[in-house]
Amino acid sequence: MTRMGVGGWLTLSFGAVFFMVPLVMTLAFSLWEGGDRYGFEAYHLLLASPQLPEAFLLSVELALSTIAALLLLLVPGMIFMNIYAPGLRPAFEFVATLPFVIPAIALVAGLTSLFSGPEWLIGTPFYLVIPYFFLALPFVYRALDVGLRAIDLTVLTEAGQSLGASLPQIIFLVIVPSLRTALVGSALLTLAVVIGEFTFANVLLFRTFAVFMNQVGRHEAQGAAALSVAAFLLTWAAMLAVLLAGRGKTKSPGDA
Amino acid sequence: MANVEVANVGKSFAGRPVLSQLDLAIDAGELICLLGPSGCGKTTLLRIIAGFIAPDAGRVRVGGADVTDMAASARRMGMVFQAYSLFPNMTALENVRFGPRVAGVAKAEQTTRARSLLDMVGLSEHEHKYAHQLSGGQQQRVALARALAVQPQVLLLDEPLSALDAKVRVQLREEIQRIQRETGVTTILVTHDQEEALSIADRVAVMHQGRLLQVDRPAAIYREPADGFVARFIGSGAVLSGVTEGAAVRAGGRLLPASAAGAHPAGRAVDLFLRPEHVRIAPMAEAGPDAVIGEIRGTVFLGAQTRVHMVLADGASLWADLPSVQAEGLTIGVRVVARWDEAAPRVLPTTG
Ligand SMILES: Nc1ncnc2c1ncn2[C@@H]1O[C@H](COP(=O)(O)OP(=O)(O)OP(=O)(O)O)[C@@H](O)[C@H]1O
Ligand SMILES: [Mg+2]
Repeated sequence: MTRMGVGGWLTLSFGAVFFMVPLVMTLAFSLWEGGDRYGFEAYHLLLASPQLPEAFLLSVELALSTIAALLLLLVPGMIFMNIYAPGLRPAFEFVATLPFVIPAIALVAGLTSLFSGPEWLIGTPFYLVIPYFFLALPFVYRALDVGLRAIDLTVLTEAGQSLGASLPQIIFLVIVPSLRTALVGSALLTLAVVIGEFTFANVLLFRTFAVFMNQVGRHEAQGAAALSVAAFLLTWAAMLAVLLAGRGKTKSPGDA
Repeated sequence: MANVEVANVGKSFAGRPVLSQLDLAIDAGELICLLGPSGCGKTTLLRIIAGFIAPDAGRVRVGGADVTDMAASARRMGMVFQAYSLFPNMTALENVRFGPRVAGVAKAEQTTRARSLLDMVGLSEHEHKYAHQLSGGQQQRVALARALAVQPQVLLLDEPLSALDAKVRVQLREEIQRIQRETGVTTILVTHDQEEALSIADRVAVMHQGRLLQVDRPAAIYREPADGFVARFIGSGAVLSGVTEGAAVRAGGRLLPASAAGAHPAGRAVDLFLRPEHVRIAPMAEAGPDAVIGEIRGTVFLGAQTRVHMVLADGASLWADLPSVQAEGLTIGVRVVARWDEAAPRVLPTTG
């Protein structure tokens, strides 16, 4: 490690202040009980609300489904594109960037106009997995792309073949484990996108975590602040858990 | 161990021929080096043998069986690549065990085999390390052990040493030779480093523009190049163009002694190849009527020897390797007599 100069410390402190101030202020506000009284009132009320676990669980379920859908489609798709059809890369890049340039509200409008279909699909909140898939697509694509660029897919595949392995064996024993960091990253980004998504769920009238938070905020501001703090801590704990769990047995080239 | 036969193989990329009508027979247990300049098609030939590229024409046979249409994964050929190719998610031991593992070998046997191979390449103590914790040389050793773990019929090495520094390269090439002797596996090593090829190969196959020019023992390739390209490509030395005249070559108005010229019809346009180690230098006082006289242009100190560069009257260059003590007295611009044994030069018809 080289020692960090004054400039480095300054930049770091500035970053820390930039990120910490809103959090600390939110925390302070959530604890405020009028006048100069502070306490956990807002948190008590929040925990007492019967809708909270329901809304949170729904958001987590949606996140997990979206993660599963994205990874099942993108991992094999991107591996095959890289090995057999690198010429298709621009097409993949284009499709993966589309959700960035199309505003969420336009997506909702499109989606609601198609909001007719079999009851088993549009009747359940899992209908939201479709828009969430596209919302998270750019992030997952980027993360996987970085992971795939870090390994020499062609050489690893050929090495595996020369050792007698079939393509599925190479994918499951070599490539996917080598992409661990990228997979964890994709999952966390998708989780963050889905937990925080408000527009779709609200317009389509599903009560997800973000919608619930907004409703609480309309009646009592402190409650919403408490919820934000709780959500932040929860997400943060979830990320930490995934990172720690992944650190166990295998190592990826990125780790030292 | 199996012999390999490449028969009449051709390959074009986008209409541009890269290999044409190439024949190569490799004996069982042999270590052969494919040597040639960059872009001559060495990797393409090796990948055709490995099964990663299908040839446009011709057949590949291993141990008498035609494998041309067989998938790479079914060919049982161990391969070591130029780029580092260890599986990044596995330790050295797990890498070596991979082949037996996918072949369904019992777990205990996988480990025994992998350990003994890691021992053979001298890496027993590093079995729990990942690729990024190993040096380049160590990674290539693990890759070699991994390729040998499938008990391959043929071992294919595509410039496995080119990314390593000079010292490790020399050390590792000797190790490859030792391991090849120990295991007796038929081995094809691709390289563009002639020293590497000449020092470890049983036979060297010199390639140029998609063709094999000469396949022979290293000493024969060096002493009796069959072709002007081989003569220029292997080793160093002077090339003097002229026409035959009895047991000599007339070049630049002077007769250069070369008994090999007698094998060609008189008046034939030829190139005379003369290695620096065959040329001696004498003071002008010893110049006879037919002396070849050169002016010293420069010296390169090579340690025990010094290479002296001379220019003849017609502007052609000639090199002589002298013991360094003897070369110390020479100064640039001095004229000297160049001599050689008339049996030393190689004389080949001019091509092109
Ligand atoms: N997949 C490909 N598509 C098009 N051209 C190719 C392909 N592979 C090789 N070539 C061309 O074929 C020729 C021979 O390539 P090859 O890789 O066999 O050379 P090489 O002898 O291994 O060279 P080097 O010593 O640089 O590795 C080169 O001109 C190369 O550009
Ligand atoms: Mg090559």
